Amino acid sequence: MLHVTKSVTVLRPREDVYRFWRDLENLPGFMQHLESVKTTGDARSHWVAKAPAGATVEWDAQITEDRTNELISWRSLEGSDIQNHGSVRFSDAPGDRGTEVHVELQYDAPAGNVGATVAKLFGEEPAQQVRDDLRRFKQVIETGEVVRSEGSLEGAGQGLFKQRPAQAAAVETRR
Amino acid sequence: MKATCWMGKGSVEVRDVPEPQILNQRDAIVRVTSTAICGSDLHLLNGVIPTMKKGDVLGHEFMGEVMEVGRGVKDLKVGDRVVVPFTIACGECWQCRHDNWSLCENSNPNAVLPEKMMGHAASGAFGYSHLTGGYAGGQAEFVRVPFADVGPLKIENGFSDEQVLFLSDILPTGYMGAEMCDIQRGDTVAVWGCGPVGLFAIKSAYLLGAERVIAIDRFEYRLQMAREKCGAETVNYSEVDSVTDTLIEMTAGRGPDSCIDAVGLEAHGHGLEYLYDKTKQMLMLESDRPIALRQAILACRNGGTISIIGVYGGLVDKFPLGTIMNRSLTIKSGQCHVHRYMRPLLARIEKGEIDPTMVITHRMPLADAPKGYDIFLNKEDNCEKVVLTTA
Repeated sequence: MLHVTKSVTVLRPREDVYRFWRDLENLPGFMQHLESVKTTGDARSHWVAKAPAGATVEWDAQITEDRTNELISWRSLEGSDIQNHGSVRFSDAPGDRGTEVHVELQYDAPAGNVGATVAKLFGEEPAQQVRDDLRRFKQVIETGEVVRSEGSLEGAGQGLFKQRPAQAAAVETRR
Repeated sequence: MKATCWMGKGSVEVRDVPEPQILNQRDAIVRVTSTAICGSDLHLLNGVIPTMKKGDVLGHEFMGEVMEVGRGVKDLKVGDRVVVPFTIACGECWQCRHDNWSLCENSNPNAVLPEKMMGHAASGAFGYSHLTGGYAGGQAEFVRVPFADVGPLKIENGFSDEQVLFLSDILPTGYMGAEMCDIQRGDTVAVWGCGPVGLFAIKSAYLLGAERVIAIDRFEYRLQMAREKCGAETVNYSEVDSVTDTLIEMTAGRGPDSCIDAVGLEAHGHGLEYLYDKTKQMLMLESDRPIALRQAILACRNGGTISIIGVYGGLVDKFPLGTIMNRSLTIKSGQCHVHRYMRPLLARIEKGEIDPTMVITHRMPLADAPKGYDIFLNKEDNCEKVVLTTA
């Protein structure tokens, strides 16, 4: 079992932060281990996570509580590769500091091959992964996208200083 | 393209490397016309800043012409001439909104590394190890500039490269060093280090109203520049028994009202103290040699201010905390919030209040960068500042 709580402060109004997170399809944009999240019904969604060596782990989830601008909780459904639940809570930061985002995640890895894959998914430092995800979330919501450098980290457990592949954005050039 | 690469401790080479690409929508690619070697680049050369990787492109003082802009850059266009601040800042986070640009919360994609070493991360910076984000530097023909809609300052009024290049780092850094002293009428300011940042700190201290500025170094040619170009009184520390006693005597027992450390973690000195720090640093028992800083703290008048703009990387020994507490000293420091100072300092250049070209002693093509590093490191040929140009 894996239990992680992490938080970050972002300089945006609580409504904007909530709205961005409530569209679960935005999550893979900053959560490194997620390949995709598809909304499949009113409160239901299908999640695909990337595991090492091209493997994937999939599950369906249901939003169990949704309080506008305050809290979103979700839980995986029966028959998922991995049982998990989590919540994200939004609160006003003091003064002019924006919004606090508090994330809580719990994964119950199954036994056997799937369990081993799930363990690899999170590596040796799951809390650090969530911290890195929240850092990217802050980058996306404050600056518009994940910030890259020629020598960024790929993420915990994947080796320091690995060069990111260049992913060209739209460019205007006369060169 | 040609770029100056860190190839290991003590080794830089100009090599062919891939040209930079737009990686984020708010990036620009700049063709570098002029770039400079900074004293802090020597810390990288000497291997005292961790997380350098063989092949990293150096350089954080540069300017040039915009060649490409990403979709998110609205106020720069191809062909614009720009000076680029060495710290990278997003302009959107709480720190940027509070004018603390070198503390940008979003521009260091490797923030996890400094968080583990220092508790929190500061901003990204060009060509300054993976601790500051792993961004390729500007001692190259081309450089990628993130958040190009925030940092680069457009230069439009016919200034030469040499007049405005140092707005990228050393002029604002020296100025901030003096500004942090909160100089009052009648103040004496002491400045450790007469490299280019030290000279700009001296000049800035006078601009901000200092009565006297006393400069400390061991190279006579640098002390001469401090006297003749900046109007400082000087102390050659290799010729006095105690810098602290000398300064206290020069101020009739009061001590300088504020003290600026423009030296940093590779300070030199003499006697047992220098030997102690040098040995501990070699053995990696201490990452930084704070000799200038210790002197500054001891010399400073009661209730005065210590302004640290010299680079420190980690931990120091024998830090005189007791004197700071008992004598009500204030310590102010920081990587320069370059974005805050570029426009006001450009205005001072335009008015003729400061001539940044005074620090330049050597000009050479980019291809000669290794030679530039060598003479700057070894203080050969009275080297104060090396500017590299592309053809």
